[in-house]
Amino acid sequence: MAAPLSSASPALGAAQGRPARRRAAGPLLPLAGLLLAALLWALATALMARNTPIAAQFSPQRAFPALAGLLVDPYLWEHVGLSLQRVAVGLACALAIGVPAGILTGISAHFAQASGPLFQFLRMISPLSWMPIAVMALGVGDAPVYFLLAFAAVWPILLNTAAGVAQLDRNWLLLARSLSATRGETILRVVLPGITAHILTGVRLAIGIIWIILVPAEMLGVSAGLGYFILDARDRLAYPDLMAAILLIGFLGYLLDHAARWLHRRWLHRA
Amino acid sequence: MTPAASQPRTLETAASASAETVLAGDSLSFAYADGSPVFSEVSLAIRRREIVCLLGGSGCGKSTLLRTLAGLERPAAGQVAFLGQPCSAPHPRSALVFQQASLLPWLNVADNVRFGLDFRHQPRIAAEARERRVAEAITAVGLAGRERAWPAELSGGQAQRVALARALAREPELLFADEPFSALDAITRAEMQALLVELVHRWHAAVLLVTHDIDEAILVADRILLMGSRPSRIHREWTVDIPHPREADAAAVTALRLSILGALRESTTGA
Ligand SMILES: Nc1ncnc2c1ncn2[C@@H]1O[C@H](COP(=O)(O)OP(=O)(O)O)[C@@H](O)[C@H]1O
Ligand SMILES: [Mg+2]
Repeated sequence: MAAPLSSASPALGAAQGRPARRRAAGPLLPLAGLLLAALLWALATALMARNTPIAAQFSPQRAFPALAGLLVDPYLWEHVGLSLQRVAVGLACALAIGVPAGILTGISAHFAQASGPLFQFLRMISPLSWMPIAVMALGVGDAPVYFLLAFAAVWPILLNTAAGVAQLDRNWLLLARSLSATRGETILRVVLPGITAHILTGVRLAIGIIWIILVPAEMLGVSAGLGYFILDARDRLAYPDLMAAILLIGFLGYLLDHAARWLHRRWLHRA
Repeated sequence: MTPAASQPRTLETAASASAETVLAGDSLSFAYADGSPVFSEVSLAIRRREIVCLLGGSGCGKSTLLRTLAGLERPAAGQVAFLGQPCSAPHPRSALVFQQASLLPWLNVADNVRFGLDFRHQPRIAAEARERRVAEAITAVGLAGRERAWPAELSGGQAQRVALARALAREPELLFADEPFSALDAITRAEMQALLVELVHRWHAAVLLVTHDIDEAILVADRILLMGSRPSRIHREWTVDIPHPREADAAAVTALRLSILGALRESTTGA
């Protein structure tokens, strides 16, 4: 079942952070890795199908055609659209809370000391454990999903923002003071741009976490989205569709991570 | 022990206010939060268009005195007057250059030079006038054509030129410079010292230059204040009237240097 993920991670590892000389093989090695994983996946399902014939339904030979069929089906894109919208809303909420809280943590030693243990404590609670309470408090629907995603994503943003503030060049702040900058000017013109690279690192981590939390969160109390789609495929006994959805989740997550990394790189190129 | 070669003046005459005085510090004392005094009873005055070098060993409190005079630290006792007005915050007609260029890495050269000109507590200037100032300052420091370059693309000397342009663009009456060239290599440093003298003359600015480099003080200063530790105060003062470029008059430079070295020895052994 985890085949798409495990085949994707070696490819990720090969694509990033290697010196140029090692990249000479181009996309060949990553592709070979993906292909090998697909072969192992086919082999595993074929072996299992000997004893449990239903396993054949989970094979790549069935999954890829199902995926091709789904990709042209507007029904799937509705689910994808909803899921991406939830990612966006969850991320926006996490930014709206995490950046100000991170700045406060970074500039106020008192706030940092008072909130430190609390944040570390909350951070270690799996966001999904809040699900029953979230549904009771916020009702069935999108609200508890937003809450869970934001709650999961706020920590990397908050902690990276605070680290960014702590690492701000003190001379930049001295410069702002020498220009009699108002508090607003200091924050908007020096602090925020000065910590943007850190915030974007937080965003990238947050997107990864949101994408992982999203699917289980959508399995509870909502009637659309990729998580719902997986449960629905199971209930319809449409196992090739189920595997296709898993492949799609992996692929979209890969794209999201790339987008976040591209954004980070773009900012660093300027900076 | 060594008799003074140049004319040491009494501090009282230097500090006496006149219409020509840009900055006057009167009986300034300062202590950090831990209580130990950094300097006490320091008085000094800087006249219009005068380059004053504050010379002293590391840790004797030069930077602290400069920040106090610049309105960035509050003195424990005494007061600072800028253009005759008591002054406890950075004055809009003063500008700062630090040891590090401290350029904002997310702004290009022109935007770094422009930085702060539009801040609320800065004097209002029309957009064209602002652009003219920015262009003039960039040209003056020899970086015309590099307006769009990012700070990361500049050498240390070029970055410090941008920092100088950023200060000049504010058309300051007084430039505070805290060891602005000590991070540069010897050749670049000599260039920058000559450039500083040329530009502050052109801009009709006065300068308070903090340095631990006796040669820098001799080459640049109209007046040298020697700051000693234990207790930190201004021990001696020299007026330098050797014409620029001073390297040409080796005898006068050597005499002044011996006088300063002698006073240094006196201030460390005689304490
Ligand atoms: N923020 C601070 N808190 C406490 N002591 C400080 C602080 N900054 C500097 N000092 C102390 O004050 C003295 C003078 O420092 P400084 O003005 O930086 O000296 P200089 O610029 O002449 O090297 C030093 O002994 C230094 O250790
Ligand atoms: Mg210093």
